[in-house]
Amino acid sequence: MAVSAASKCMRLSLGPIQYYWPREKVLDFYRSIESTAVDIVYLGETVCSKRRLFRLRDWLEVAERLQSAGKEVVLSTLALLEANSELGHVRKLCTNENFTIEANDMSAVQMLAGKTKFIGGASLNIYNPGTLKKLVGMGLTRWVMPVELSKSVLADFQEKMPAGLESEVFAWGRLPIAYSARCYTARAHNVPKDACEYCCIDYPDGLMLSTRDDEDFLIINGIQTQSARVHNLVHELSGPVSDVDIFRISPQSEHTEQVISLFDKVRSGALDAKEASDELEPLTSVGLCNGYWHQEAGMASCNAGCNP
Amino acid sequence: MELVCPAGNLPSLKAAVDNGADAVYIGFRNETNARHFAGLNFDSKQIERGLAYARRHGTKIYVAINTYPQPDNFAKWESAVDQAAEYGVDALILADIGVMDYAAGKWPELRLHLSVQASATTHEAIRFYAEQFGVRRAVIPRVLSVKQVEALVDNSPIPIEVFGFGSLCVMVEGRCYLSSYVTGQGPNTFGACSPASFVRWSEADSKLETRLNGVLIDRVNKDENAGYPTICKGRFRVNGKTGYAIEEPTSLNTLPILPDLLRIGVAAIKIEGRQRSPAYVAKVTKVLRAAIDSCIRDPDHFKPDQAWLSQLTFLSEGVQTTLGAYQREWQ
Repeated sequence: MAVSAASKCMRLSLGPIQYYWPREKVLDFYRSIESTAVDIVYLGETVCSKRRLFRLRDWLEVAERLQSAGKEVVLSTLALLEANSELGHVRKLCTNENFTIEANDMSAVQMLAGKTKFIGGASLNIYNPGTLKKLVGMGLTRWVMPVELSKSVLADFQEKMPAGLESEVFAWGRLPIAYSARCYTARAHNVPKDACEYCCIDYPDGLMLSTRDDEDFLIINGIQTQSARVHNLVHELSGPVSDVDIFRISPQSEHTEQVISLFDKVRSGALDAKEASDELEPLTSVGLCNGYWHQEAGMASCNAGCNP
Repeated sequence: MELVCPAGNLPSLKAAVDNGADAVYIGFRNETNARHFAGLNFDSKQIERGLAYARRHGTKIYVAINTYPQPDNFAKWESAVDQAAEYGVDALILADIGVMDYAAGKWPELRLHLSVQASATTHEAIRFYAEQFGVRRAVIPRVLSVKQVEALVDNSPIPIEVFGFGSLCVMVEGRCYLSSYVTGQGPNTFGACSPASFVRWSEADSKLETRLNGVLIDRVNKDENAGYPTICKGRFRVNGKTGYAIEEPTSLNTLPILPDLLRIGVAAIKIEGRQRSPAYVAKVTKVLRAAIDSCIRDPDHFKPDQAWLSQLTFLSEGVQTTLGAYQREWQ
């Protein structure tokens, strides 16, 4: 039986920026991250290969600066690959010699397996210990649990968890819900993807999709669809033990530093999780959810009375 | 080019066989496959009868075990693999690495196909499954343009199967949580999208509303047809405009590009629709059979027959069809 990590070992990570931000904004953002409490930073374009304001060289520069600031830096690969040119880009990432890779699709796993240690992203579909064991045998050292799985599923993994493997969960942010060949931001502008003119750069936190009775429902982010509600697992940081080693915070265009600070305060015991949640909620435009963690619908917000 | 047809029950299986399917794919009556609907799929007796019928007519049977087991129910997927293997089916269609590892280890002779639910869109991803588990064919997600399918076929270590007709997933299969986000049950874990138990139709202000677990998916006038509330085919508001923000109710139809699929070396064409009726399976299989035969006879002069097209359109969601991602402009 694997021993659960004590709370003092819990680490905070910052996921890749899922949106398309202007170059200067990306640079400013990561400068501001240098002094925050996150232990790990994931970098790179994971959603759309057309977003090219930041090239590999730029990412590597940011990576080096963050590393100098004491952060563990990981380079994340594209989640959906369609063209050979995209494979070429992923290959370049996977052959870099300085930074670990987060593989977000099986193409990247194929390039890394047996050659170097790697991290498995949430879109790899690791749903059971059999899958996990197979990938660990190929060099997987950390996995990000699929966002639709629960705390109790993670607990069920523990018995068969390979030694030394780190478990990371998506703990704050808009959930990645789906990927498509079609760009929905371009569709909202009545143009096909090939004529998108990078319109997603106008939506630094994505584009709201509401129901016809005005419920803010989903976020359109190019070829990716996200939850409108912000997934929040800050409570999980307050327990004495957890099966989670790393809590991932997904960047938004505003308040990310504040979110990191609140998570860090809960981690250190300086702030109660309930109080942190009360401070976190106003930082979102449409509120919080945590249903997946409690084996409910992902959009649900579970407090007392939910599944454990 | 093989024609692979769906069957959710024995009459559909017979309909597919009778109308010219080269292979029929089926699933067990539980959450081990991606069409886990009440009253659908095969128990052991039906599988035996279906297999016997298919064998008599020289048709292959593939079994889809293409959802993702979790730590507490992995054994159910193992036993589905064992059961299918013991029946001697022609191939298993698998998505999960753990299940593939089990199947390849225990039944090394058994032919494995990679399910669309495994989300493999590149030759590198496909190579992974071919090398690790000896997978012999890959069904690819409905996200590639014809040109990209061609490049994939050229570089893939194993033959490629593509979707040719049926309901259209517009999201990458195996990575769509829309249904589980709203209901807690989705394709990967439960084997169903927008499960019927969460669907409510109601009247409000002389309109008909369709909701999925309380979320309004569409609202139509009473004289309009209210479609099934699949989230990606609903009407929503984006930037102040209301419409089909993701996709209209429509079905995929590849008849117009059949010669291209043949020329680039696609190994098999799959029809979606294990949840459909035997009559639907019969009609679609018959049209696709005729079209593929005609295309193979004379690919340079192939033109889809108008009667075929109208029959398929009539059977389509929203009575319209699309080439989907095969056509760049759709993307």
